[in-house]
Amino acid sequence: MPTTRRQFLSLAGGVAAAGTIPIVTLRPLQATPAMLNTAIRNVVGEAPIRTGKVKLDIPPLVENGNTVPMTVTVASPMTADDHVKSIHVFNEKNPQPNIGNFYLGPSSGRAQVATRIRLADTQKVVAIARLSDDSFWQVAVDVVVTLAACTEEMN
Amino acid sequence: MAALINVPAKARRGDIIEIRTLTSHIMETGFRHTADGKLVPRDIITSFTCRYNGAEIFRADLFPAIAANPYLSFFAVAKESGRFEFEWIGDNGYSSTASASIIVE
Repeated sequence: MPTTRRQFLSLAGGVAAAGTIPIVTLRPLQATPAMLNTAIRNVVGEAPIRTGKVKLDIPPLVENGNTVPMTVTVASPMTADDHVKSIHVFNEKNPQPNIGNFYLGPSSGRAQVATRIRLADTQKVVAIARLSDDSFWQVAVDVVVTLAACTEEMN
Repeated sequence: MAALINVPAKARRGDIIEIRTLTSHIMETGFRHTADGKLVPRDIITSFTCRYNGAEIFRADLFPAIAANPYLSFFAVAKESGRFEFEWIGDNGYSSTASASIIVE
């Protein structure tokens, strides 16, 4: 079967797209995690961050980014010797990387905090817990947002 | 300003109770523009504190990413009868307080 002009063009277009799209989209993706990392280092300092212990409950698909329910739970006995001192929540693509810092202690009884947040885009949300031995534990969750928040025009 | 506080009226000593608070506030992010291009100034609550008989048991720093009418839920060990006091502090000198009492048996 001979190659038609239409087939040739669609093939050429496909090759061109495959070649250029990674270059175009990678740049903004790399710029914002740097802001996220800076914000995290401002809280954590040089300490290593381990994965685990922290659970972040957030809907994986959000229709309205203006109010997204979020619950952070940390596995901890919450005793005087072994408890969660603070929980820090960050995002990747809002205008500002911080969401909230929550300070608790042994008199909290349970290391769990819930609130409602804004998400400006489909992005990663990171929760980090600081334990009483000053170790840091984190979890990251990807959230798909249909309607963005924060930057829309006022009417 | 109106705040909704949910604290159990009674608990047994040592119980872990959930405290839920909701206060009305616009939480203007400072990142939005009006239709004619002017930046809308930031107006958010920046700090929330809960004290139990005078001792701080929970505190939060809030950022523009917290949704309007901030909702917070957290836990506390019921140690003794008394009062929970809540305080919200924000931009432009905003300050608001609320309280709830509990009977611990």
